[in-house]
Amino acid sequence: MITGIPQSGAFKWTYRAYVTLFFLYLALPLATVCVFAFNDSVFPSLPWEGFTWAWFFGDEAPYVGVFNERPILRSVVTSGVVAFWVSLLAVFVGTCNAFLFVRHDFRGKGFLYILMLLPLIIPGIILGISILVFSSSVANTLEDATGLWFDGLRPGLILVVLGQFSFITTFATLVISARLQKFDTSLEEAALNLGATPFGAVRAVTLPFLYPAMGAAGVVAVLMSFENFNTTLMLVGSDAPLTITMFDRLKLGSTPVLNAVSLLLIVVSALLGLASLLLQKRED
Amino acid sequence: MASDRSKLAFWLLMAPLLIWLVTLIILPHIGMFLVSLREKVGVREYETSFANYAVFFNEPLYWNTFARTAYMSIAATALTLLIGFPIAYYIAKLTRGRAKTTLFLMCLIPFWVSELVRTFGWMILLRETGVFSNLLQYLGLVDGPVEMLYNDAAIMTGLVYTSMLFMVVPLVTTLDSLDDSLIEAGYDLGASGFAILREIVIPHAMPGIVSGCIVVFMLSLGNYLTPILLGGKDSLWFTGLIYSQFITRFNWELGSAFGFLLLGLSSLIVFVGLKLSRQSLGKTMART
Repeated sequence: MITGIPQSGAFKWTYRAYVTLFFLYLALPLATVCVFAFNDSVFPSLPWEGFTWAWFFGDEAPYVGVFNERPILRSVVTSGVVAFWVSLLAVFVGTCNAFLFVRHDFRGKGFLYILMLLPLIIPGIILGISILVFSSSVANTLEDATGLWFDGLRPGLILVVLGQFSFITTFATLVISARLQKFDTSLEEAALNLGATPFGAVRAVTLPFLYPAMGAAGVVAVLMSFENFNTTLMLVGSDAPLTITMFDRLKLGSTPVLNAVSLLLIVVSALLGLASLLLQKRED
Repeated sequence: MASDRSKLAFWLLMAPLLIWLVTLIILPHIGMFLVSLREKVGVREYETSFANYAVFFNEPLYWNTFARTAYMSIAATALTLLIGFPIAYYIAKLTRGRAKTTLFLMCLIPFWVSELVRTFGWMILLRETGVFSNLLQYLGLVDGPVEMLYNDAAIMTGLVYTSMLFMVVPLVTTLDSLDDSLIEAGYDLGASGFAILREIVIPHAMPGIVSGCIVVFMLSLGNYLTPILLGGKDSLWFTGLIYSQFITRFNWELGSAFGFLLLGLSSLIVFVGLKLSRQSLGKTMART
């Protein structure tokens, strides 16, 4: 904090007012979404018709709450399944990448590292269409050659998982590498001196050291997968994850049940986000 | 024997990386490029040509949308920087301890929430029956409902909101590393606040500014949700064109060409940004 510089009172107060306004701007949309989840009206807009829990627990049309709305519950499950696989794959590949980039020197390492970062700068929608085009042409070729069906390569959950995995892995790699760089290799050498096999030493000493980072990467992966829209949009088949279901509803105009879903999403993502921060903090 | 084993370990580590990059990044993009070069001449008959790119340049709607997407994204980036910089400076330099952590967290939380939810919030605020419209009527400033959705200002509001975090975080990180005594020295030597900002703070924050701008520009350019939902049907965003070629018109050849043009523009901007600031991609990305 800079205290040595005297500033005029007016300037200080303007600055503070600006910062306050900024945080209001940040909070406003989210607060609005949450408030209207409790409005006793079939439209998520004013006038305010009174407080109700119906958009959570209601079971009579048009007041069907989140917990009784089948399509939404089903898409939450779909999103959960996708997030689980994406996070598992991303953490696994991310850990391998971290060992490769931190522990090994080889020709073309710099080039591979840049390639590894590329998914970050490719717009999500383009990742989506490129995977769509490629997998469809592979499916066509295979089907022409064998006469069998390859549904896994057509738009659907497998492609959604692969599409999200393709860029979330980069984040996992960065988080886990940062942790591995702080590892004191003499600990591993000590294990080797005590008769551990190289793989045993990594499993018993290095991996436990990486667990918090792997956990944080996993949580971040779940979060990113759950809210991903652009890549998913291009690869989705008949089972829509939550963001896609919500988008379709939004375009049509919907009841405040969407607000209720959003409120739950806000709470869950804030908790997951804090969890990932705490996990990363525990490293230090 | 030992070297054989370490070679094996090396290749086992290399395999997932290569499988990931080759099958999900490299081959799909090559495939997309090849498809974009295909011209449909009959049923399941194709010729290699630049016809799809020619369509783009000959159809004003397409390249106008492209240019519009680009300059709206540049404007959104500039606005985000202007709005975010004072906030980052405040968090980095004028607060400390618990207040600093709290403010920083308050910046982060909205961005853990899905972009869809954030955009939905803006829709409720801005639409004809929305909060702002009702507030203005209540205050007697307007006579009837006002539609604030479905125009460029709404798109801009949404884009700036959505990208704010990616500007503020790198700025806070770089400003944090600026030694306070430099600013105080500048002041002691008689510099005005503006001169200190121009001569000391901004040059030091340059890496953060560049990282932030690159990421915000890319995100705006590739955004689909915000322009479509806040801009309505006539939002004319390039990603919207790509989507309609792929999903509605089923013209994958033209859609791929569009995709490649967007990818080209976004890579070009990243490349120019990195060259101008003499930074590496790795460092820039690690900061965000």
